[in-house]
Amino acid sequence: MVAGSETNLNDTDAAAGHVNVLFFGQLKERLKCDKLTVEIATPLSIKAFKHMLVEQNPHWQSWLEERDVLCALNQTMSSSDELVKAGDELAFFPPVTGG
Amino acid sequence: MSISINVQTHDFSVGEQHGALCSNNKSDGAVVTFTGLVREFSSGDNVIALELEHYPGMTEQLLQSIAEQAQTRWQLARISIIHRVGYLALGEQIVFVGVTSRHRQAAFEGAQFIMDYLKNHATFWKKEHFKDSSNWVEFKQSDKQALDKWQSIEQDAIK
Repeated sequence: MVAGSETNLNDTDAAAGHVNVLFFGQLKERLKCDKLTVEIATPLSIKAFKHMLVEQNPHWQSWLEERDVLCALNQTMSSSDELVKAGDELAFFPPVTGG
Repeated sequence: MSISINVQTHDFSVGEQHGALCSNNKSDGAVVTFTGLVREFSSGDNVIALELEHYPGMTEQLLQSIAEQAQTRWQLARISIIHRVGYLALGEQIVFVGVTSRHRQAAFEGAQFIMDYLKNHATFWKKEHFKDSSNWVEFKQSDKQALDKWQSIEQDAIK
């Protein structure tokens, strides 16, 4: 598990829990996964979270880390240095193509 | 001021939407509506149908935010945005944007602004279905350029 750099160790228990992860569009199809639940012990950056997913699923690397993948944390567009906490909803998807 | 946002699988009536924008509306002199349809040709092959997926919850919030941004830039009393999801055959309606304003320029610009923002930010993904295959649609740079135009207009206004 990758620890968030600013995490206070005393908060570890309170911070432990599940993150709901969602995938959409082509990404969902390529990963053959639309959602999963991930247990985290401490808050960690979206970038570290992605890396953790790739460690658990090495064949996801080219899609998650090398492609132009966008990310929303709790339904708000987010950059890769934002922190993911227990109870959060984290979504990954390709650039949008509606309209 | 009112905003109506609908993400739905079923079709919509442009006539009914237009009627709702005009109904009991004595202050607005302009109504502009845009309707997007499934096109026959997209990337050179024959498209049979489109499949549209979205991020429930986030999509509605984004469309609401786009409409609110439009209301801060132009005096748009009523805004209606409808976007369909699921399987859509050739010629079917995909998207509707309708706005009302006192005068035509605000209504024209507001409707175009909403479509340009929707294309760039709203969490929808399109898959084209051909006779024997399917293909996810790639993001178009021309959509980004359409959005950049509004941002440069805003910067010019600040100067």
